[in-house]
Amino acid sequence: MQAFIGILTQLLHAALILIAAPLLTGLVRLLKARLMGRRGPHPLQPWHDLRKLLLKRPVVAETASAVTIFAPWVAVGAAMLAALLVPSFARGMALAPIADLILIAGLLALGRIAMALAGLDAGTPFGGLGAAREMAFAAFAEPALILATLSFAIIAGNTNLDAIAGAFQDGAVGVRVSLALSLLVLLAVAVAENARIPVDNPATHLELTMVHEAMILEASGRHLALWDYQASLRLTLWLALIAALFLPFGLAAPGAGPLAWALGLAAFLLKMGGLALALAVFESAIAKMRVFRVPEFLGAALLLGLLAAVFLFVSTGLA
Amino acid sequence: MLTALALLLAAMLLLGLLAPLAAATVLGARLLYTGTAAGAIGFALVALAALLGGGAEAAPLPVGPPWAPALLALDGLSAWFLLILGITGTASSLAALGHAVGPQPARVLVPWPLFLGGMGLTLAAADGFTLLLGFEAMSLASWALVAADHDRAENREAARLYLAFAVVSAACLIPAVGLLAAGPRDFAFAALRDSPPDGWRAVAVLALALAGAGAKAGLAPLHAWLPLAHPAAPSHVSAVMSGAMTKVALYVLCRILFDLCGPAQPLWWGLPLLALGAASALIGALRANLEGDTKTLLACSTIENVGLVTIGLGLALAFRGADLAPLAALAAGAALLHALNHSVFKTLLFLGAGEVLQAALSRRLDRLGGLIRGMPWTAGAVLVGVGAAAALPPLSGFASEWLLLQALLAGWRIGEFGVQISVAAATAVAALAAALAAAAMVRFFGLAFLGRPRTPRAAGATEHGGPARVALVGLAALTVLFGLLPGPLLDLGAEAVRLLSGGALATRWQVTGLSAGDGVARYLPLAVALLLALLVAGLALGLRRRSPPGVVLGPAWACGFIAPPPHLPLGDPATQPSAAGLAQPLGRMLGGAVLAAEERVTMPDPGETAPARIESGFRDPSFPWLLQPVARLRDALATRAERLRDLGIRQCLMLTFGLLVLLLALVAMLERQ
Repeated sequence: MQAFIGILTQLLHAALILIAAPLLTGLVRLLKARLMGRRGPHPLQPWHDLRKLLLKRPVVAETASAVTIFAPWVAVGAAMLAALLVPSFARGMALAPIADLILIAGLLALGRIAMALAGLDAGTPFGGLGAAREMAFAAFAEPALILATLSFAIIAGNTNLDAIAGAFQDGAVGVRVSLALSLLVLLAVAVAENARIPVDNPATHLELTMVHEAMILEASGRHLALWDYQASLRLTLWLALIAALFLPFGLAAPGAGPLAWALGLAAFLLKMGGLALALAVFESAIAKMRVFRVPEFLGAALLLGLLAAVFLFVSTGLA
Repeated sequence: MLTALALLLAAMLLLGLLAPLAAATVLGARLLYTGTAAGAIGFALVALAALLGGGAEAAPLPVGPPWAPALLALDGLSAWFLLILGITGTASSLAALGHAVGPQPARVLVPWPLFLGGMGLTLAAADGFTLLLGFEAMSLASWALVAADHDRAENREAARLYLAFAVVSAACLIPAVGLLAAGPRDFAFAALRDSPPDGWRAVAVLALALAGAGAKAGLAPLHAWLPLAHPAAPSHVSAVMSGAMTKVALYVLCRILFDLCGPAQPLWWGLPLLALGAASALIGALRANLEGDTKTLLACSTIENVGLVTIGLGLALAFRGADLAPLAALAAGAALLHALNHSVFKTLLFLGAGEVLQAALSRRLDRLGGLIRGMPWTAGAVLVGVGAAAALPPLSGFASEWLLLQALLAGWRIGEFGVQISVAAATAVAALAAALAAAAMVRFFGLAFLGRPRTPRAAGATEHGGPARVALVGLAALTVLFGLLPGPLLDLGAEAVRLLSGGALATRWQVTGLSAGDGVARYLPLAVALLLALLVAGLALGLRRRSPPGVVLGPAWACGFIAPPPHLPLGDPATQPSAAGLAQPLGRMLGGAVLAAEERVTMPDPGETAPARIESGFRDPSFPWLLQPVARLRDALATRAERLRDLGIRQCLMLTFGLLVLLLALVAMLERQ
């Protein structure tokens, strides 16, 4: 029974995330536009864009190789799998045993490297520029994420996302300074990983300031649709990750029934809406940084992560 | 089993002695490389037999004096490293066989079997003297191979530096073994194990073993020779030096610190290993991002990976000292698994770089590009290696780094505050190094294989089939296989893990994957690979109806750049990222602090027609902080020693007499003790 419920919730979760991901992107765009005094596109616009792009045959550069053709599939696969691992409305999904934070970091790295290689593939200037910057940012973001994981591992005794969410949901953990610091770390890493302002601008049209967009400048048609879809999936995955770890209320317990799921779903939508609004407000209120200021931003996150762990050592040592 | 091993070692020696006869003809070179490949396969088979069926007790060889015969043995630890040697040696011999198209000089052929045999002897040794004999044979043979291409000045320079480091390594390891043997007055490992050193002797053994084995493994700060010597050697030799020789050095470190120093070491013994490992990982990974030469870049990545393995070993020592045997097993398993995985994918990458050198006649990234079209097999195999080196799931590098990170994340369970802080810092550095390695690998693959060719030679590069391709594809297959089945692989090394963790328990790993402990995180690579494949296949099937098939080829858009003029058939080189350009962000962000990287821009005055120039460079900190002071000290000592030449006959006699008295006094003092 437990296994059946696990598979059922996993399938529902997959359907929810895969459908909702472009909607979330659309929602953030709409909210940002409204905050800036524009009307903004309909939240369904990303879905329309995807449909339109899918109908077009990709144009591939003559200098490109098979990497350009396979990279978007690898990136989408990695992003989909990572998104399937992060709980949305219920814990105890079928894939919960492998929902390890380090694996999620690895899957994100897989997508990132596929994108960087695709950027270098055609031998164009901006692709290489974007790839070099993206990999340099990741060199700071990844250790910061691992250090946040260290704090979770100390508090919850585990790096499994489902188990951490469960431990935090039980409330036995209490409010800790380290958790607040870890939240800051995860927020900074999420901003960098999703190419949001202030690290990168997802809506930029100036090639020199591009990081993420520069790598997919050569992509078109189906390939571009895949790249856009994986970007939406990553944004959803990061917001869901933060929601599951720091706002765990409402998550249906393993083996709970449909009523708890409905409650969890409502809570999940509420949390995601709130996070999307927070992201839109943050992005509207802040200016993009110079590229070489980003290491300071992410380096601060790295140090905060280390500080969170040190606080934990001190507090567990005193206890 | 030991008989077979002894025969294999004797065969390697014989091959080395017969090699001058093979130097005249192509057939001879091919026969020799076939012979070493067969010998290396033999090593791997013996190692597998020992891992599956338990090791072999020490047995004497019919050489050496009657009171201290040379002993051979094979336990779990040495068999694990012998497996590494077997895989690496087989693949490299095959690659050498594939490229043996002309007669090879004896200076390349003679040391090759001796090099492999020396490493085999080091691993099989069961007494200190044989261990040192094998280690020095390995050092000397590899020096000859580094110096093989001695027409070029930089290779001679590299060989000289390499020899200096080999001497340092010997000058540390021989006293270390001597100190170990001082108590029991015997060289056999069994005797050394029974009376481990204590007090200052133990500390001295730790320091000497770290310096001696670390200099050979490329641990910071004794890593300066590695990025110079590895590229200087022929490619198949670089592959074995990176894949196997550094691992043999780590084996010696493990043997001395974990085995011969007794079952219990204090907690702090892990800290030097942790610190040196973290420093190596950081410096190696960062340098790999800045180098412009394929083989130098790969050598720097070797420094990084050796650092990661050493972090695992240091953690295992610390956990052992804190009586946390299961966690020690976790850390030791991570170190062993990463040593094996690294040797496989790094051999693959070096052999791939060798193919590139053969086909495009350059190691410089700025003279390559677009090789994936002319060399699809090499590119595919190297891509697998690059993925593993960048620690991407589900390949082999991710499995071992996952295990290492799990061990690091459990480091806080050691109650000491200082150790906790050190482990947390090491965690950050290990994660940073892993991310930097990923960046370096993207740069390597992107510049060498993707994009447009940067030279006509790169545009015309084609690859050869034959044994070299078999080696590449075989190594790529092993990389995937080890990535999918890390659990059974570690089961194979259970005896080695038990030896390193010092516990009697043999942890059983799951067939399907790895686990960091009971009820803690799990990594199931088979499930991950299957899910990835299912998701991609499902999406592709789903989109087949909705999206028109195939792609259309067109000129690169490049934000509207016009097509290059006809006198640039490969396109304008200035519109393609260069090695220095891809290195710039990381060089600016981290290079300044760690490697003193700097950029100088010279702008001509307005109106002047001179070009503006940007120069960038970096310095490895081991040169100004270690090598140059040592060189100055050497010069000063040499100047002092020069004065001895001016002494008269009476003074010379007095010196001799004084020395004699001193030695006699020393003997008298030692006799009294």
